[in-house]
Amino acid sequence: MRLSYPSEIKVIQVPCTGRVDIIHLLNAIENGADGVYVAGCLEGECHFLTGNIKTRKKVDYVKRVLKEIGIEPERVEMYNLSSAMGVRFAEIAREMTEKITALGPTPVKRRSKESKSAKKAPVKERDAA
Amino acid sequence: MIVADRKSLEEILDMVKEYNNILIVGCKGCVTVCNVGGEKEVEVLASALRIARKKEEHEIAIDTTVIERQCDNEYVAQLKESVGNYDAVLSMACGVGPQFLSEAYREQKFYPAVNTTFFGGAVTHGIWEERCAGCGTCIIHDFDGLCPVARCAKSLLHGPCGGSSKGRCEISKETICIWDSIVSKKIEQGRLNDLLGVRPVKDWRTARDGGPRRSIREELTL
Repeated sequence: MRLSYPSEIKVIQVPCTGRVDIIHLLNAIENGADGVYVAGCLEGECHFLTGNIKTRKKVDYVKRVLKEIGIEPERVEMYNLSSAMGVRFAEIAREMTEKITALGPTPVKRRSKESKSAKKAPVKERDAA
Repeated sequence: MIVADRKSLEEILDMVKEYNNILIVGCKGCVTVCNVGGEKEVEVLASALRIARKKEEHEIAIDTTVIERQCDNEYVAQLKESVGNYDAVLSMACGVGPQFLSEAYREQKFYPAVNTTFFGGAVTHGIWEERCAGCGTCIIHDFDGLCPVARCAKSLLHGPCGGSSKGRCEISKETICIWDSIVSKKIEQGRLNDLLGVRPVKDWRTARDGGPRRSIREELTL
């Protein structure tokens, strides 16, 4: 299809979004990612039955944590799409990048001396299915 | 098991606001089973606190460890070498943990990162309910294994009150009326007459009414 998506996105592949844990998302934010999103399979189509549904709850938990410490919860999101939806994949990448760009750099990265060497953001966790 | 909930980040951040170097200690006992103070939760709290303090331009160094049980001096002693290296220590164990730590290391400051709530179990994944009040004199055999002390809002021992409606307690729609359950079970088993007996007054001295409690088992003492 030769679709393009923003180069700021760093893809981290996992066998199933169920593998993504709260600490992985928090570590991304702590290490200076401006945003992080999880792209899971469509609901009801998880090869492991409920991996994507469980991870949506973990994403919601991280959103609550960020809100509690005064960081925009929108910096963390969960999307559902199938591996056949390449157009949607690129669309989500653009959508998330635009949203994070509008929010601006993460307050964690902006104010941290250590995070100057942080990886490019947003970081993205995606299942390989 | 003992069930607990993590305190709000706001409260924990306030506790450690003066410190720049802390240790978070988890416990592999009850709080690991109820997913509030085990290895995962310790790391999540550490990360959340670091993020919050980075944001405030007041970074904090946090080390983490999880010991077998914080309610056992044998394991508490494992922190001997490291506990003095920090400004303060956050315990993610139940209320017993930070007290054992405080007693063992008088020079250090310990803070509880969780609120200890009750003795109970997981009724389904992610939902825990109270089952025991630790009253010190168990009488659940009289009530077919259901405890009215812990599970009746009024701890009634002689039947339901007027707040029982359609099997639910008036305090909340989620709370069953345990007396409704006790009576239903007795009827199912044809043993309703068991409840007609006059029972002696419960001895509440074995509960908190008698002050802090102690259990001594001579065969185990050194």
